[in-house]
Amino acid sequence: MSQDSFIRRYVFSTDHKIIGIQYILTGFAMALVGAWLSVLIRLQLAWPLRLWPWLETLMPNGYLGGVMAPEFYVALVTMHGTIMVFFFISYVLVSGFGNYLVPLQIGARDMAFPFLNMLSYWIALLSALVMLASFLVEGGAAAAGWTAYPPLSAVASAMPGSGLGQSVWLLSMALFIASFTMSGLNIVATVFTLRAPGMSMWRLPLTIWSYFISAILGLLAFPPLTAAAIMLLFDRHLGTSFFLPGGMVVANQVLEHQGGSPLLWQHLFWFLGHPEVYVLILPALGIAADIMPVFTRKPLFGYRISVWSLIGVGVLSMIVWGHHMFVSGMSPFTGEYFSLATMLITIPMAVYGVNMMASLWGGTMRLTTPMLFALGALAFFGTGGFGGIFLGNATADMQLHDTYFVVGHFHLMIGGVTLLGTFAAVYFWFPKMFGRLMSPVLGRIHFWGTFAPFFTIFFAQHFLGLQGMPRRYYAFSTYEYLEGTQSQNVIITVVVLVLVAVQFVFAFNFVWSLLRGATASENPWEATTLEWTVASPPPHGNFGDAAPDVHRWAYEYSAEGQSSDYAPQTVTSSDVPVTA
Amino acid sequence: MSEAAVGVATRWAGGVCPFDAGWKKVMMWVFIITDGLLFAGFLAAYGYARLMSGVWPDQTEVFSLPFIAAMTFVLITSSATMATAVWASETGQTASARRYVTFTLVGGLTFLGMQAYEWTHFIGEGARLASNPWGDPLFAAYFFLLTGFHGSHVLTGLIVLTKTVLGLSTGKTPVANVEMAGLYWHFVDLVWVFIFTFFYLI
Repeated sequence: MSQDSFIRRYVFSTDHKIIGIQYILTGFAMALVGAWLSVLIRLQLAWPLRLWPWLETLMPNGYLGGVMAPEFYVALVTMHGTIMVFFFISYVLVSGFGNYLVPLQIGARDMAFPFLNMLSYWIALLSALVMLASFLVEGGAAAAGWTAYPPLSAVASAMPGSGLGQSVWLLSMALFIASFTMSGLNIVATVFTLRAPGMSMWRLPLTIWSYFISAILGLLAFPPLTAAAIMLLFDRHLGTSFFLPGGMVVANQVLEHQGGSPLLWQHLFWFLGHPEVYVLILPALGIAADIMPVFTRKPLFGYRISVWSLIGVGVLSMIVWGHHMFVSGMSPFTGEYFSLATMLITIPMAVYGVNMMASLWGGTMRLTTPMLFALGALAFFGTGGFGGIFLGNATADMQLHDTYFVVGHFHLMIGGVTLLGTFAAVYFWFPKMFGRLMSPVLGRIHFWGTFAPFFTIFFAQHFLGLQGMPRRYYAFSTYEYLEGTQSQNVIITVVVLVLVAVQFVFAFNFVWSLLRGATASENPWEATTLEWTVASPPPHGNFGDAAPDVHRWAYEYSAEGQSSDYAPQTVTSSDVPVTA
Repeated sequence: MSEAAVGVATRWAGGVCPFDAGWKKVMMWVFIITDGLLFAGFLAAYGYARLMSGVWPDQTEVFSLPFIAAMTFVLITSSATMATAVWASETGQTASARRYVTFTLVGGLTFLGMQAYEWTHFIGEGARLASNPWGDPLFAAYFFLLTGFHGSHVLTGLIVLTKTVLGLSTGKTPVANVEMAGLYWHFVDLVWVFIFTFFYLI
């Protein structure tokens, strides 16, 4: 097949930009599924006793007789979490924009190993399809939560979703981990070895630092989960008892398993699970911090301290996993250690957030759509972060664990910060990707229609949690003490419907701008990083024959006594003085 | 700035790899760390189970430690021949490199053969994934898990070594690939040292 054929250029392409866009489109398609599941969850929570005949026609197994089946509800919760974490945010933000931006911003022609990169995308797509297929197998999709705690995930007869659905879930996750590892290896090797001349580590934009650290964290955190998943497969199919204690009774039968511990799974899972949330959120924070100087026209505040904060967060994130397990019967001394370590991680995170705020101080604001989303991400980061302080303390967590306080907290953080960071990235780099500008009016509608509902939903859920409303329950009508929460749940559901509806404005804006948007120049935002020095969209190989020469950091704004108020990283020191 | 500091600054200034190695080797190192953490996960799980277990069998009664020590000796010797092969390849002695990679291959095969014998013996005495005659059912489960996954890595290493030998014969294998095969082989040996120490000795 020739190098120039359509298939080689746009389908089986080894160009990091095409692969990035493929990841982004796949991720958004998965987000539609994840959002649909959340609508079903919310309908059930708002009107638990209602009949839904039209949903029964759509999903006869989930809505037997028009009422949602409890097993179906837990499968929905499981799959919503899995899809949003692993197939939306990981694909769009981490792999998608990671692939697109890393070579462009460090001045490389492509990733270190383009073929591996392509392989990683196709395995990722397969993994997503396998995950979707699990809805169709006997017993339905996995229902043990996105954390797949045994025994529900280990004993095939425990509930309908524990059967084939859980096996398919594990298969899909194995493919996902393989693909994510390939992608991470590429990012780390690329940043180490392919930086353009003059692009020292201290001149990397924060975006690249955040992708670099996120990739390292992913590479360190996923293997222990792989080990655990292999052991879980052994327990499920080969009769071992790694995660299963003796004397368990399922369906009136004593299981033969003995000697294992479900807590072991929790440790191995959260050893991945906690760094994983930083794998997702760091790129959003890096992107938001990098977008701010562009639209305040002043240098980023505290660049080096922000980098050290990212590194500090990366290190600390590996040693705090136990704060997800305070109620598991943990020794109080261990609990105290994990509380302390968790408090410690708030320090670099707070430093990073304050640096972002200080970057706004005294700036000449241009409230474009990407800037609005970056500011929104900062707002969610602050609010969600405060919730984290409550949950990181073992004493407070005893009360709040597995309530909607937790749901509200992590949706603001790895749901909200990453979602707004993703949108900021789409609006910011859309002109570079497709050579056209997105509509700012529709962008503004999309921002307010996302920011306000999202905040309302998940801020309110903190209070539901304080009232003791537990997560993952399928109906609350039988609990007297929760009667007062019903009206709040109805309001939240209505706001969710608004939030989902507004996302179609984004979809319309995306497609319309792709076809009819105004043509974008090379550098429509007047930004300084390397991708803005080449054509929109950049050609294959990005920078032509010679790598760009880098002479300065990425935040040269408001340079004094110059004709323009910014200097791209390629401008030499004889033209504009170098400040860092 | 001192001379060393200038050296560090230019190393990391972009345009070159800071480690005097191509991206392939850097990627191999990162992969090895990742793969090492897979075994760290298995070993940590094993440690957890061991601490939880009331009665862990006495390994000296179950296994013939001299035999395991011989296995370890074979594998470490193969690491030495591999190091020699890498050195020979780097100094341009391709024929010698091919010979030493072949020695490594023989060492790896011997190790796998000895492991197959050990498994057969162990299974013959009644060990199964879910149960075993010596008490805690997890004892045999972790035995098969740890040695099985290590064995599968040795097998992968043998495939890589075979490819290296063939490539050295036809002159298609560059020095960097011999080095990378060497890195992987040393890693597989290192993992065995941990398994030997934590599963058989302690």
